[in-house]
Amino acid sequence: MIGTEFVPLSLPPLLIGTLAALACALPGNFLVLRRQALIGDAISHVVLPGIVVAFLLTGRVSTWPMMLGAGGAALLAVLMIEVIRRAGKIEPGAAMGVVFTTLFAAGVLLLEQSDTSAVHLDVQHALYGNLESLIWLDALGWNSLLDPVALAGLPTELPRMALVLVGVIGFIWLFWRPLALSTFDEGFARSLGIATGPLGLGLVVIAAMAAVAAFDAVGSIIVIAMFICPPAAARLMTNRLSLQVAWSQGFAGLAAVSGYVLAGYGPLWLGYAHAVSAAGMIATVSGLILALAALFGPCRARLGQPAG
Amino acid sequence: MFDLGYNASLVAIGAGLLGLAAGVTGTFLFLRKRALVSDAISHSTLPGVALAFIVMVSFGGDGRSLVGLMAGSALSAAAGLLAVGWLTRRTRLAEDAAIGVVLSVFFGLGIVLLTVIQAMSAGRQAGLEGYLLGSTAGMLRTDALIIAVGGALVLALVALLRRMLIVTAFDPEFAGSIGIDTGRADLAMMGLVLAVTVVGLKIVGLILIVALLILPPVAARFWSDRAGSVALIAGGIGGVSGAVGAMLSVSAPALPTGPIIVLVAFAIFAMSMLFAPRRGVVAALIRHLSFRNRVHLRQGLLALAQGQPVYEALTRRLLRRAGLIRADGVATGAGTAQAAKALLDERRWQWLRASEGTGAAAARYDGLTPIETVLTADQIARIDSQLRPGGLV
Repeated sequence: MIGTEFVPLSLPPLLIGTLAALACALPGNFLVLRRQALIGDAISHVVLPGIVVAFLLTGRVSTWPMMLGAGGAALLAVLMIEVIRRAGKIEPGAAMGVVFTTLFAAGVLLLEQSDTSAVHLDVQHALYGNLESLIWLDALGWNSLLDPVALAGLPTELPRMALVLVGVIGFIWLFWRPLALSTFDEGFARSLGIATGPLGLGLVVIAAMAAVAAFDAVGSIIVIAMFICPPAAARLMTNRLSLQVAWSQGFAGLAAVSGYVLAGYGPLWLGYAHAVSAAGMIATVSGLILALAALFGPCRARLGQPAG
Repeated sequence: MFDLGYNASLVAIGAGLLGLAAGVTGTFLFLRKRALVSDAISHSTLPGVALAFIVMVSFGGDGRSLVGLMAGSALSAAAGLLAVGWLTRRTRLAEDAAIGVVLSVFFGLGIVLLTVIQAMSAGRQAGLEGYLLGSTAGMLRTDALIIAVGGALVLALVALLRRMLIVTAFDPEFAGSIGIDTGRADLAMMGLVLAVTVVGLKIVGLILIVALLILPPVAARFWSDRAGSVALIAGGIGGVSGAVGAMLSVSAPALPTGPIIVLVAFAIFAMSMLFAPRRGVVAALIRHLSFRNRVHLRQGLLALAQGQPVYEALTRRLLRRAGLIRADGVATGAGTAQAAKALLDERRWQWLRASEGTGAAAARYDGLTPIETVLTADQIARIDSQLRPGGLV
């Protein structure tokens, strides 16, 4: 690949997609083990009303208000799920279903009611993101990576996503032992004096943070797929948590890179002129990886169940 | 706004029937605690819709035929459902992870196919985005008719299978013992969910159709403890949401059908959660407050009867409001009488609980129930004859 084309057009989206995939897959490991895998799904749906409200309040499509709005909506959703679960004695799955569909519907309605024709804000964007449009116009080739003037023109999503990834890694590194303990044996963790309630909420907040940042860059499909598919595939590869996290990161990176390349260049190789959705392709590749792990993974069966 | 055209009336009827069928079907799903499986089913319709479009176009058709798209969506939704079942049974992944995997991967694949279609028909809008959020704008008469008939068919199927489904949803073990094949009942339930999804795709859209399967049963659960009644009430709520939502949506511009239907259903849910007579939040609050007040009043009366001053603010307020004490805390005439009665009641209970062989009656003591409601006048007279005069025991 020639640097003059690859560096400005493909490198930034590739990096952003990979960083987003890594940041979502990390907390996903714990969510999958705690049977809270669908929290990611719920969060990525409720982000929509959050950014719409932020847009209506500020009148502009700008990053920080929208991130705040999305984060606020995610917290509101978690709160509503808890209230409905407790006050109505409704099972958590159904409570989640009530909340995320309603908030998403409200977001769509607000969006349709407000005049967003002038700005790039619609439901499709929320779903698929616009990974392909995150280009770096200041770059002329590989040497631009060392040029501070050109580097200043990088899409802002890139440093932000990197920052969020560092934050997620920091949280998991810092709370590794309590997180692992409370995930596998909550009662035991509590008896050791670990505050499992706040820790669980912290995990959800970290997941929401990753989801909101990634959503802005790459759309909600990748977010949902990366929360669940790489960790689920990794779970079928090993019995050790640390190895599982490593596998999940490898799978997430592989899915992001190969999905992006397949979406961008695959149709060209087949003789078609148009690229296909990178976000959709990354999700599809992660599904293929999971399918392979489910067919051949060494730890695919439950204990005591014959593999096959 | 209720001057609906013929098409709009058909859509409203279709949405109503669909909501009815979805509410009833969703009840079984909810009672089996598998509400979110419907999320996987609905998201996995997308690649089917897109593939059906591609196939129809490459055979020279228009590609927008509703029946063709519905058939495609049914096939891929079935594939998604099978994938969830396979992952849950054959690997150690839990069902929620399997649901998440299937919904995200199928949806991603569908998006890839949508971009393929955009490239294929560059310049010509395929209009498949309408299936994401549902739309009734510019709907053909035949489409409206198909949806109305589809809703009626699903409803008829539900009515046909209702006994098997209700018994299995309420108590799978009992259902097995009376010869119902619960595996087949679950299969029938999933088939109905799939049918609801496929019929609702055009009106409600695949992202929000789950709401029509989840919201009505959750709302109905507040009104009844009987599985059959919950299913009926959920059907009613779903039907009203569908019909009202569809009518509202055509009444003004920029009111997308799917979201409106969902928000109407949520409004009914919120009302139910707040105001349902027994399980509702307000009812629970009132119950709690009235219990607290009765405890305070009783303790206040007992204190008065023994000549002790009442300091606790809430108790004083309650006694005062009932006209039992004066502002300075001294008992009024009525207060003295009721206090004496409360004390007598308490002494009778104490005697009852201290005696042998009165377990069943004595167990009814909770500090609030008047003893007359538990014992007969003769029994009370016998207790009174044994009570020593004077204070508590």
